[in-house]
Amino acid sequence: MSAVETQIDGRETTDELLTLNFGPHHPATHGVLRLLVTLQAEVVRDIKPIIGYVHTGIEKTAEDKSYWKVIPVVERMDYLAYYFNAMAYIGAVETLVGVEVPKRAQYLRVIHLELNRIASHLIWLGTSALDLGAVSIFLYCLREREMILDLFEMSSGARMHTRYFQVGGVIEDIPASFAPKLREFLAIMPQRADEYGAILNSNEIVLARLRGTCPLDAETLLGLGVTGPLLRAAGNPWDLRKAAPYSSYDDFEFKIPVGTVGDNYDRFAVRLAEIYESVRIIEQALDGLPEGAHITEDRKVALPPRHELATSMEALIHHFKLVTEGFRVPPGEVYNAIESPRGELGCYVRSDGSSKPARVHMRDPSFVNLQALAPMSRGSYIADMIATTAMLDPILGGIDR
Amino acid sequence: MPDATGLELIRQELGDAVLDTVFFRDRATLIVDPPGIRGVLEQLRAQGYSFMASLHGVDYYPQEPRLGVIYELLDMRRVDRITVKLRVHSDAPTVESVTEDWPTANHQEREVYDMFGVLFDGHPDLRRILMPEDYEGHPQRRDFPIGGEPVIFTRDEAKWLEARQ
Amino acid sequence: MKRETLRVRGLNAHQLLRGEELEGANQPAHLEGEDLERYVQERVLTTTLDSAVAWARSNSFFPLAFGLACCAMEQFHAAGPRMDIARFGYEAFRASPRQADLIILAGRVSIKMAPVIRRLYDQMLEPKWAISMGACCSSMGVFNNYALVPADKFMPIDVHVPGCPPRPEALMHGVLKLRKMVQNDPEAGWRERYDAVGTEEVPEVGGHQDSAPAGLPEGGTAGA
Repeated sequence: MSAVETQIDGRETTDELLTLNFGPHHPATHGVLRLLVTLQAEVVRDIKPIIGYVHTGIEKTAEDKSYWKVIPVVERMDYLAYYFNAMAYIGAVETLVGVEVPKRAQYLRVIHLELNRIASHLIWLGTSALDLGAVSIFLYCLREREMILDLFEMSSGARMHTRYFQVGGVIEDIPASFAPKLREFLAIMPQRADEYGAILNSNEIVLARLRGTCPLDAETLLGLGVTGPLLRAAGNPWDLRKAAPYSSYDDFEFKIPVGTVGDNYDRFAVRLAEIYESVRIIEQALDGLPEGAHITEDRKVALPPRHELATSMEALIHHFKLVTEGFRVPPGEVYNAIESPRGELGCYVRSDGSSKPARVHMRDPSFVNLQALAPMSRGSYIADMIATTAMLDPILGGIDR
Repeated sequence: MPDATGLELIRQELGDAVLDTVFFRDRATLIVDPPGIRGVLEQLRAQGYSFMASLHGVDYYPQEPRLGVIYELLDMRRVDRITVKLRVHSDAPTVESVTEDWPTANHQEREVYDMFGVLFDGHPDLRRILMPEDYEGHPQRRDFPIGGEPVIFTRDEAKWLEARQ
Repeated sequence: MKRETLRVRGLNAHQLLRGEELEGANQPAHLEGEDLERYVQERVLTTTLDSAVAWARSNSFFPLAFGLACCAMEQFHAAGPRMDIARFGYEAFRASPRQADLIILAGRVSIKMAPVIRRLYDQMLEPKWAISMGACCSSMGVFNNYALVPADKFMPIDVHVPGCPPRPEALMHGVLKLRKMVQNDPEAGWRERYDAVGTEEVPEVGGHQDSAPAGLPEGGTAGA
């Protein structure tokens, strides 16, 4: 360990180092994250994150199930961005199988992905504000999130972990009342986001805690493998939705919010701005929603519609085969990456020709972003470290898998 | 992704370190010799692939060499991805760590060690990251049992309780 | 005041309200021991003081702010504006286990986390209750594998709430069920049911019960 300075901000202080244990049960660690913080007075000198407290063996469980049964297992990884987990995995499987997704299904996927992005950012905003002390924002954000979860319930029947995305499309078309309710939500959301911005931006304490604290430059972040809003806050406009569009994202016009300094305030502002952009994308997707099938017509991969089972023998056989054994995937290895609310979410699938995957690995953005916590917080106060952990947006389900 | 010819050009430039190439579904993979991994990654960085997106492990059981480590590289300027793969035997699972050149590899190599047992030579802090520190075994290997609790149905309950006594 | 005196007074009050005679052969004032116990069991389950305490306890659980995984998100929604756990009096989520009496295990319990949860549960003061929220901690849920352990294996659970994740309404149903349990039967016999004897913290007491514990000055706790 290098020599410790005995002067902080021009004032004499102790040179004794104290190791403090944060968590895993701690109100400010966003899940069961354990941090070993080495402190000199109140200044953080080093952080060692210890993870694994919610390790679920998702990747091992996925090897035991047929391809379509892996979808609910993988959805529970990053538990705020469940559609994204499913999308990354399904994109990889669709590449391996070589099945094409109809246009309507792609637009429906985009609508649900962007709704999930808004829902994830709302929880991030609520819990971060809670950490900083603004308790009421948490309840406001939950109010909007209830509206989004109502929409998810309308399209798929469940609020979270909906298994709505399937290989080849989406499991069911949206009901007729989905579009009007979605438009209501889209009318309200920007106003509410304005309110949250107004409340937090005019609060001296929030600004003092976020402005200028724990900056990190884009160069170091790229070396650490950090992507998503953290990288965009540091000035690098890398977004997989624009750089390598998937699922018809290139049909939509939207901007990428980018920060300048890379401190906590920029990370906060970038995520808040992303909510507006997601609303724009959903509006465009809803306006341009094409008619057509909601899932691929390839019966070897997707279940036939229910009414066909009464008349067609092939449909019955396909249904039986798909439900009991599942579809077989030609051998190969594929890595598929999408832009989740926290950064690049990648899924590596290796298939050996059978109906169960041989390896599923989810490259979770929070797992990689967590390595940036130590460089960001070195030299700052504990309170700034708490704010940085909040702005990092770690989801322990994704980190530990 | 570099197309098929681009991949062959890269292979020629890298020389002996590359054992094989795979071009599958428009994705390029280089299969390299384990001792030369750091050099290969540096040369690819010089060609523009400066971002390591992912580092993960695979178990090719029962084929030997069994343990694979996969490096996903990304070129942000040309929006190009390339995969680098190496395979080691399970009785000599040592690979040189690339953490010094690519800081993102720190936690990811620890995860590969934890789940597969691949030892990374030169890693600053190689210990288990997801499982408890004193856990024995490498869970993600294909011959590791999946474990779990037995599911007792009501009709079997009496029999099961008896067996426990 | 002795428990039996209170009970007899309660019985007398009960009978006065019902207009029965206080004196006479079979009246409770003259019953002793076993007969008194049987009389009580037949008529009044607990004394009014016990029911009052049970009512107060059940209406003011202090849940521990403890979320593990996806179920924690639905726990937030149970505390949110629509489902509003504050309607029932349970909005005071405490961060410290010393101040909480209800632990809601929201999410999957991994083998690394189980000893931590056990320590948290031990740090809670009695009476304490535990709700296992979701399929993963009640049984193994979706992930029946090497990494998880069902909560029943290392701590006593009072209510299991199924679901993956359970809706906020389902969690409220579980909490209200617990409330009913606590109201109806404050002892609940949980120590016997879960074989949880030996986990109590008993401070050392020297001499007569009414005097101060050994080591403290007699005559009050001034200066403590």
